[in-house]
Amino acid sequence: MDAHASVGHAELEIPYNVHPRPDTGVYNAKLGIWLFLASEVMLFGALFSSLILLRTGAETWPRGYEMLNVPLATFNTFILIVSSVTVVMAWSQLRLGNLKKGRIYISATILCALIFLVNKAFEYGHEFREHNFPKTNNFFAIYFTLTGLHGLHIIGGVIVFLYFLGPGAKMWARDPERYTNRIEVVGLYWHFVDLVWIFLFPVLYLM
Amino acid sequence: MALRRQIRVGSQWMYADEAHKALREALRVMEDEKGGEHGGHHLPWIRRYVFSTDHKWIGIQYGFTALLFLLLGFCLMILMRLQLGWPGTAFSVMKVLGETRQSGGVLLPEAYNQLGAMHGTIMIFLGIVPLAVGAFGNYLVPLQIGAPDMAFPKLNMISYWCYAPGGLIMLASFFAPGGTAQSGWTSYPPLSVIASQGQTWWLVGMVFLITSSLLGSVNFIVTIVQLRAKGLSYMRFPFFVHAQFVTSFLLLLAFPPLEAAAVLQLMDRVAGTSFFMPSGLVVSGQALTNAGGGNPLLWQHLFWFLAHPEVYVLILPAMGIVAEIIANGTRKPLWGYKSMVFATVFLGFMSFVVWAHHMFLTGMGTTISAFFQTTTMIISIPSVIILSSLFLSLWGGSIRFTTPMLFALAFLPMFGIGGLTGLPLGLAATDIHLHDTYYVIGHFHYVVAPGTIFAMFGGIYYWFPKATGRKLHEGWGRVHFWISFVCINGIFFPMFAQGLAGVSRRLYDGGAQYAHAKQIAAQTNPFMSVCAIGLLVAQVPFIFNFLWNAIRAALGHRDEGLGSNPWEATTMEWAATTSPPLAHGNFEVLPVVYRGPYEYNVPGEAAEFIPQHMPTAPEPAPRGGSLLPSTAVAMREN
Repeated sequence: MDAHASVGHAELEIPYNVHPRPDTGVYNAKLGIWLFLASEVMLFGALFSSLILLRTGAETWPRGYEMLNVPLATFNTFILIVSSVTVVMAWSQLRLGNLKKGRIYISATILCALIFLVNKAFEYGHEFREHNFPKTNNFFAIYFTLTGLHGLHIIGGVIVFLYFLGPGAKMWARDPERYTNRIEVVGLYWHFVDLVWIFLFPVLYLM
Repeated sequence: MALRRQIRVGSQWMYADEAHKALREALRVMEDEKGGEHGGHHLPWIRRYVFSTDHKWIGIQYGFTALLFLLLGFCLMILMRLQLGWPGTAFSVMKVLGETRQSGGVLLPEAYNQLGAMHGTIMIFLGIVPLAVGAFGNYLVPLQIGAPDMAFPKLNMISYWCYAPGGLIMLASFFAPGGTAQSGWTSYPPLSVIASQGQTWWLVGMVFLITSSLLGSVNFIVTIVQLRAKGLSYMRFPFFVHAQFVTSFLLLLAFPPLEAAAVLQLMDRVAGTSFFMPSGLVVSGQALTNAGGGNPLLWQHLFWFLAHPEVYVLILPAMGIVAEIIANGTRKPLWGYKSMVFATVFLGFMSFVVWAHHMFLTGMGTTISAFFQTTTMIISIPSVIILSSLFLSLWGGSIRFTTPMLFALAFLPMFGIGGLTGLPLGLAATDIHLHDTYYVIGHFHYVVAPGTIFAMFGGIYYWFPKATGRKLHEGWGRVHFWISFVCINGIFFPMFAQGLAGVSRRLYDGGAQYAHAKQIAAQTNPFMSVCAIGLLVAQVPFIFNFLWNAIRAALGHRDEGLGSNPWEATTMEWAATTSPPLAHGNFEVLPVVYRGPYEYNVPGEAAEFIPQHMPTAPEPAPRGGSLLPSTAVAMREN
């Protein structure tokens, strides 16, 4: 009772920041990222719906494989899938308590993302040289909008990974479990970004 | 008090009321010693008051900003009403708009469009949603569920700091070349795509506001699911928490499609794409050079996919506030609490499948119209369940007619009018006549203005003592209420008559030039404009009441006799913390919940009300001081 009678202005820690709440089975950030991804599904869902509506309403619509570089995009798809694997490896290494290997896998993920972006830049440059701009027609309009927005998501992911590789890794010494959780959360985001590409690739390049 | 309870402090037994007094004094001394520094945190000024991560302060930031925007949006409307009431008359007040928007005190038609578009935008996106969710939700939800703060305090701060720049961008757009957005708050293309630069600013501002509410909604849902106190099961939530919970899901899932639409419209305007631009458009005698092939209807679908759930974002927190006030003011549990909760959840789901009832006249086809009018009729059922439950809650209550209760009671018929007049709009056949007339304006303003905004006022009067330790003046509160109530009906009721007579909305002269509208416009418009000015005057006592008490509270003057629980409420925001609450950290010890949210006058209990966190019913307490026995009992249990 004595502890309760003390009337400090104690700032209480936010509960379930690191450990899962028993009845929901998740920690706060994990639920947060799933909700965020739900909103991302709605964002890209709206854009994909727009693509469907525009394409079904159009008199003619170019074939993606005639306009775009399919081999390069296939390679990019492969690269992103690899990066999804490396991010899981990073998390599992951290779970095993191995920061060094975890960091190597995070670096590998960043490398994959950068390769993807460089390839994308080549693709964009090629389209611009061919005088294909967003205003050329609705196919290129939606192509540049969707891949551009996806590219921004990749860049965002790279920034977060760089943070966790550099200054953010200090947390490991203090609270390794929380650091591992953060990699898990950003990993979930990363899988989603990959998944968007898995949809973008056939819809834009192959159909 | 019949029996004075004793508690042990250290090794001594003390009377609870004396201990309580000593405790308050000790708190005061400790605060003074820290030089006004709360919570023993030596945060710099900027981290405490500007970039604060404390949900209560962020709530207050949201509240102040949103109230300022509400006032601004209202003032824009006053300028429009002057033009509508007396078309073409010169008013010197118009000169504040600058040279390009008026000539000799007469509002120009383009400027009227700008005011209309920005009135809607400001009221909805910068006023009501931030007030309902950002201010009330932020301040109350963690307290009502017994949480120490929001789940992600930094995200909460970032959320406010996305909202504020979004608002500033909207304001700055008034100074853009060609003026601000002028295509209505709905920004229909192709008009909005060919409009002047202000529309681009509007879109950028919207992206900020959408980001803000996205971060906020994730935070709310995680907070409610993860941080609710031990023993607080979902069916023990105060109804307000349920309302905020469903609202957050609407914000989370409905806003992204508008973000997508804003990105597409931005591309149309900046990169020259044709997402919303059909082929063969001719503007001012010149053929546009866009590639074409776009679809203006696509924008409407994406926009209303957000904007219909948005209606429920506007109304659900208001219903939550009203439910809290009514349970407290009638001294009874809510009638049909469970059905209200399920109705709210159902309402949330249904709100995603009714959007196209805004588009009956776009020629999208009768099959689709039939589908959407069916879902629209279905969604009226949960609204009726909630409203009926609130009405029936009044039955047999010994109602305390306080100012918050007056606003809550006025909400019921006002929202009723707003809701029922929506039915003819939801049916495709009657909508053909009523679409885009003043009837529509009357309908949704009844929902939002004497509905939601009255609920917000009630909430401000009700929770002001929580935030400041002072009560707003009751007498001036009544003056504010009665004049507002009369005037607001004087503005909006004639709109139904105008709309039925076929007067279109967005008319610069309110219909004075149109043969079918001329008569009714002349009969009603001056009266409505006078009422609008009356409504403005009615806000003066509120503004002074609010600012005076807020400033006095900020200077450290509290109402000494007020106690921690001035309304004798049962929910946890009152019972478990001091008023005003601790600056950092909400509870000294996280509370445990033992009962439902509205245990007023429970049969067989001596106490008139039993707060949620109390394991056993307390002794009957004297009015105005309830923290005391609760603390005593809780301590004894331990």
